Amino acid sequence: MAAMTSPLRVCRGILKEIRALKGREYKQTLAYNYVLDQFRKNQVSSERYCRAQEEALHTSQSYLCLLASTRLHLALHNLYHGKGERAPEQVAGMVGLRLPTQPGGKGWEK
Amino acid sequence: MKCTEQGMSVLIFVRLDCKGGQARLFTLLGNVKAYSTATSERKKFYQDVSISQGDDGLFEISLDRRKLKTPGGKLFTVPNEALAIAVATEWDAQKDTLKFYTMHMTTLCNTVLDNPTFRDKDQIITAALKFLETDTVCYRVEEPPGLVELQKNEWDPVLDWIEKRYNVVIGSSCNIMGPEIPEETKETFRQHLGSYNFWALTGLEYVITQLKSVVLSFGLIDRHLTVEQAVLLSRLEEEYQIQRWGSVEWAHDYDMYELRARTAAGALFVHLSSESSTVKRKLLQD
Repeated sequence: MAAMTSPLRVCRGILKEIRALKGREYKQTLAYNYVLDQFRKNQVSSERYCRAQEEALHTSQSYLCLLASTRLHLALHNLYHGKGERAPEQVAGMVGLRLPTQPGGKGWEK
Repeated sequence: MKCTEQGMSVLIFVRLDCKGGQARLFTLLGNVKAYSTATSERKKFYQDVSISQGDDGLFEISLDRRKLKTPGGKLFTVPNEALAIAVATEWDAQKDTLKFYTMHMTTLCNTVLDNPTFRDKDQIITAALKFLETDTVCYRVEEPPGLVELQKNEWDPVLDWIEKRYNVVIGSSCNIMGPEIPEETKETFRQHLGSYNFWALTGLEYVITQLKSVVLSFGLIDRHLTVEQAVLLSRLEEEYQIQRWGSVEWAHDYDMYELRARTAAGALFVHLSSESSTVKRKLLQD
């Protein structure tokens, strides 16, 4: 069986992601209320094996992964791919190198 | 009103060009104005996103007061509330520009609603099962020893699991031709895939094409693996190379997060779409 993290952690993770998307008014969103509602409904008092709860937990883990991965992917996209072509100096800088400078400074060949 | 006309024109053209599949596709693409291409962005033209349930029980999305349409011009409808909320959240999350490449759930719903490649269930199943013949976890390397061991330790348990779960024989191979997969195995999977509805099947095929593996996709959909585990197993060789040579954020991490997002969207889509059918069955019993 897939490794399960606790429902509370997943729930808080999803709510955190919604806050990252919507800022302060995140409690007014459809997703916030729905997710909280679902987690409350699926709480069971006994520790008996509960298939439905496990399924719901897996689905919520997938949703958390979707939200987090989309956010991180977009962040990397904006950082590295969102700005079009870069200048040679910038490209060199990205891998920690510097382009060689002209020996006599700019326009030395005159 | 404008959008309805667009939808009509699609239908008319489709009927006229019934003979040439390609001509039909171009007609449809010609009508795709609202979304444009996947990588381009569009200015955000709405403030509020809400969902509502229509008379037929399907859920619709409204942007301000306008109903959301598919790129093909159809009314955007989904079978249950959870799916509607997931889609609405994607639209609500857009800031100044609409980034369609971050809206995976919307994209999947659009694919089902418009069915741009005009495929039926059997064709999707055949396309999905084609991946079994070249399944990622069935192809093993003979060197370097570290990777050989890693593949054995990580992939064999999943392979064992699926062979027991579906009572089939798959096997693995170091040969470029891959393992010989018996016809009975394909038939078992074909029947199993046939039990999914069109929505879930579209999502499942999407997961398979992302992970390049039927085995890992079933592992994920049957909840044997999490999204993170399935993606890790799918990228096992790359992860091995990263451990050895180092990670490059704008290539390795970028790809991994994209794959995770797409796979998670596909898995969620399958689970949410199949849930609605079980709920319907219960209602009928009452």
